[in-house]
Amino acid sequence: MNKSKRYPGYFASGALIIYFVFFFLPGIIGVGYSFTDWSAYSDKLHFVGFQNFKTVFSSDENYMKIIFNTLWFTLVTTVLKNVIGLILALLLTKSIKFLNLHRGIVFMPSVLSTLIIGMIFKSILDPKSGLFNSFLRSVGLGMLAQKWLVSSELAFGSVMAVDIWRGVGYIMTILIAGLLSISTDYYEAASIDGADGWQKFRYITFPLILPTLATTTVLNVIYGLKVFDMVYALTNGGPGKATTEVLYTAVFKKFGTGQYAVGTALSSVMFVIMIFVGIYMIRIMTKNEVEE
Amino acid sequence: MKAKKTVMAIIRNIIAWIFSAICLIPLLLILFNSFKDKKAASKMNLYLPDLPIQWSNFVTVIEKGKLAASFINSLIYSAGSVVLCVLFASLAAYVLSRNKTKLNRFLYMFIVLGITLPINYVALTRVLQFLHLNNTAIGIILLYTAMQLPFMTFLIHGFVARVPVELDEAAVIDGCGPVQLFFHIVFPMLKPAIATATVLTFLNTWNEFVSPLYFLNRTEQWPMTLSVYNFFGMYFKDWNLVCADILLTSLPVLIVYLFGQKYIVSGMTAGAVKG
Repeated sequence: MNKSKRYPGYFASGALIIYFVFFFLPGIIGVGYSFTDWSAYSDKLHFVGFQNFKTVFSSDENYMKIIFNTLWFTLVTTVLKNVIGLILALLLTKSIKFLNLHRGIVFMPSVLSTLIIGMIFKSILDPKSGLFNSFLRSVGLGMLAQKWLVSSELAFGSVMAVDIWRGVGYIMTILIAGLLSISTDYYEAASIDGADGWQKFRYITFPLILPTLATTTVLNVIYGLKVFDMVYALTNGGPGKATTEVLYTAVFKKFGTGQYAVGTALSSVMFVIMIFVGIYMIRIMTKNEVEE
Repeated sequence: MKAKKTVMAIIRNIIAWIFSAICLIPLLLILFNSFKDKKAASKMNLYLPDLPIQWSNFVTVIEKGKLAASFINSLIYSAGSVVLCVLFASLAAYVLSRNKTKLNRFLYMFIVLGITLPINYVALTRVLQFLHLNNTAIGIILLYTAMQLPFMTFLIHGFVARVPVELDEAAVIDGCGPVQLFFHIVFPMLKPAIATATVLTFLNTWNEFVSPLYFLNRTEQWPMTLSVYNFFGMYFKDWNLVCADILLTSLPVLIVYLFGQKYIVSGMTAGAVKG
């Protein structure tokens, strides 16, 4: 029996059909709809060329600010999740009592619904009654108490901070797995040669954890560019004009107001960017698979 | 030297506890306040709840927040997509891994690309309308399945490679057809990967919020995430009730996390770390 008979192609058809119809196809026809005046107010579609993309990239609209916000969110959360995640991973691979308990607790926010975490932090960061400001006042740091989510200077930082709180445990968990896969022989040899802790980190741990950091970076970038739930629950783009607006909250607002064409144009810009990010990511992920 | 080591060890333990506390306190806040009465909970502080514990919060929430109905909705959506996703992902991963023709390699890459691709929700409404799946449970289940398939196929694909091909050959000599070969011989060997895929698909779909927001207009069809958010909007002054609602909504996820932590961690780190 040859391979194609033993492993019939139709086995893959279920996955392919569902994925294509509900995932890939909307992305493709979405690009098509970006060139029309599709909206909730008219049944007729007209071809309008690059009109929607002109709107998206024009300087007098808010979209450039929104795209910038999305990129800024991605950059800041990616860097800080990697840095804090690595510190946590280094700490929680040392001899510490209740090691697994600590790992379990730090990872826990990652399994909860992002939306619910947003709601919880809406209470914690409340200027008057919130736990965070009350805590600052009770330890005598009342002057640091701020209107975290309400002031336009601080809101975006607060949103990013909450998102880092939520996601750092996941990054830590991946990095712990990476650290544990480094052979202890290297460290033993370095000890014999008289290397101190910093030298071990600099010349052994760091170079060997870099491939794992590349993966966590890609994961963070994918998440950051697509972020929706956290922003929606905490500020919904406010306060004021697009202070914390990101791409997907903007798309949802366009959907809500029936401006489908602009919404799908914004989505399509993202779709095309992510195809390239995706190809890069597949290279990293499948390389690991082959080497296994 | 020894004293210095002990001090370092103590400092390390303290830092670990500080980090754990930062992660745990927001969750304890919800737990404590869900047991308080309205007045005490309005302060949203970390004082332990006074006795008697206000169990009535949970009863109120279940009635007013229609939690029973949305729990069943969430369960249907999650269970449906777990079954479809695990079945189709393992079938696809198996064939695409075992028979690596040029076409199959491409198809695998095509599916895995979905891990990064965003969904165009606006255009998706057109597809759902065309298929008459708008505002239906089946539409949501198929959509969830489509969203989870890329990663789960990737996850199981990595595992199929470790099941020896000699097993297939022996089964074929014994007269197994392709369907029998998969379901009787290979599928049972994939158990660890299947368990991980099941747990992860359940968690992701249970927490999913965006698709129902776009595609389910009727409150009777809402899953728990959407109804807890809606409840929050209506009762934002009654933090005792909001906390009780949040707690009940998160409970299934926390239970799955407690018992399935091993599978979650192995799934989430799959592909990220060599070996």
